Amino acid sequence: MAAPTEAITPAPASGQPVVVVDDVHVEYRVLATGRAAGAEARGGLLQRGRGTRTVHALRGVSFVAHANESIGVIGSNGSGKSTLMRAVVGLTPTSRGSIHATARPSLLGVGAALVKELSGSRNIVLGGLAMGFTRAEIEAKHDEIVAFAGLEEFIDLPMRTYSSGMTARLKFAIATARKHDILIVDEALAVGDKTFRRRSEDRIREIRDDAGTIFLVSHSMTSIRDTCSRTLWLDRGRLVMDGPTDEVVDAYEARGS
Amino acid sequence: MGQDSRLPVAPPADRVELTRVGARPPLATYLRDVWRRREFAFALARYRIEAENRQNRLGLAWVVLKPLLNAGLYGSIFGILLASGRPDHFVEFLIIGVFVFEFFATSFTSGAKSITANTALVQSLSFPRMTLPLAVVLQRFLQFVPMLAIMLVVVGAFGHTISWTWLLLVPLVLLLLGFNTGLALVTARLTVHVRDLTNLLPFLTRITFYTAGIFYSIEERFADEPVVLRIADAVPIHEFLSLARAILLDGPLYEIRPEYWLYATAWTVGMLVVGSVFFWAAEERYGRTD
Ligand SMILES: Nc1ncnc2c1ncn2[C@@H]1O[C@H](COP(=O)(O)OP(=O)(O)OP(=O)(O)O)[C@@H](O)[C@H]1O
Ligand SMILES: [Mg+2]
Repeated sequence: MAAPTEAITPAPASGQPVVVVDDVHVEYRVLATGRAAGAEARGGLLQRGRGTRTVHALRGVSFVAHANESIGVIGSNGSGKSTLMRAVVGLTPTSRGSIHATARPSLLGVGAALVKELSGSRNIVLGGLAMGFTRAEIEAKHDEIVAFAGLEEFIDLPMRTYSSGMTARLKFAIATARKHDILIVDEALAVGDKTFRRRSEDRIREIRDDAGTIFLVSHSMTSIRDTCSRTLWLDRGRLVMDGPTDEVVDAYEARGS
Repeated sequence: MGQDSRLPVAPPADRVELTRVGARPPLATYLRDVWRRREFAFALARYRIEAENRQNRLGLAWVVLKPLLNAGLYGSIFGILLASGRPDHFVEFLIIGVFVFEFFATSFTSGAKSITANTALVQSLSFPRMTLPLAVVLQRFLQFVPMLAIMLVVVGAFGHTISWTWLLLVPLVLLLLGFNTGLALVTARLTVHVRDLTNLLPFLTRITFYTAGIFYSIEERFADEPVVLRIADAVPIHEFLSLARAILLDGPLYEIRPEYWLYATAWTVGMLVVGSVFFWAAEERYGRTD
């Protein structure tokens, strides 16, 4: 159904291509020694300076993501999942290939905007503004976010006193308070307890049904099976398999054992 | 669904209005985006002050105490060392110098780190990066306001005529804010390219501190050396200091030099334009790991 020829016929409202990743390569140039400060400054000119190593993190990945799709991304540690997601968001430059999207994808990364010294309430405002809400919008959503995170009693305490699960809840609640056209969730649910994981998976499905596109990077095959219709399996920078979640996860698990 | 789409298809990019991810918008659009994020910049500035203050017991008082202690220290050291070369109204002269310089120097140094110190934020959310240096300068500005109040109290307490001309401080402080912003935009980008600059910055601020006439009067000290005076005329921080002192202090040394308004405005406008363009030009570069 999503064959390349689809582009010729007018695409249906749901199922339009929203992200097109075409033969993407990503290479990291890493300095083998941390002290070559002078070489670092000139790193762009020296193609293969002394002590630099090239890590080929993605080697030609192509896929098309459509509206109303939730896509799982699986693979072993270091296979390039986070790199692919950062490239899709535009944070990591591609050395070859191109990435196009209808909207600017957002990484569920609101955590970086938060300040540990401040209370949960303040952080909701800060995180919301960082994601592009206006102040009025974020204040209107405040109670809903607190309720979703289940942090009513703790919301006025500084965030540095929260447990890691509580922090993750708050971050997820803030990040998904906004309507995202393309949302990327990379390992954000790993520390939540069972209740919260279920609640956040519901939220992900909601976003998907609301014409959004979701990428979920996870090592939990249960989460992937429960939330994703389609799954990409990456291995050492290559796309090994791309298809319906059940097939891909079965193959992945068969290989893993 | 979607099984076949991993085939290397030619991207139907032109057909469905797909745009290249992470591309830098044109300058006008960019500045409009920055303006749209003003509440974020403001919240960052305010909350960072709050977070800083929470970490120590005296909290907000430090914002005022630190420069006062600085002024006290420099006052006693240089007041004694340079007893002969002290300008009239030394205490007020020094307080104005130290406070204005504090605003300038903190904007300069923390503005320079505004991108490099927030790599995680830059890497995970998409917003115009200019918001970060702007937030830093705004933060320093908010911290400068109570210092300004103290400055006025001190000057008033030393018996200078309080007059309507003090209102000229408002445009002056706005010019200084603009100048600091432009400078922070330049240094913010420079440190992204050359991290080593962060180590150089304290050194640069110290040079400025000793040469800008904070605790001595350039006009008095170099009265016989017109070349030095002409150079000083072109140094923005000297222009700002001279104007601030001329507005607040009485006495023949503190006549307003109208041409300084012109120079300071030119510096501010120039710095803002150069800083914005220079910072915007590297927008795609910030947060990248290469
Ligand atoms: N900033 C970086 N600089 C240099 N190399 C990097 C960088 N980030 C990732 N890499 C390398 O790229 C490869 C892919 O890393 P990536 O983080 O994408 O893996 P991942 O699939 O997300 O793994 P995990 O399951 O552990 O999260 C690894 O070999 C890693 O060493
Ligand atoms: Mg990862």
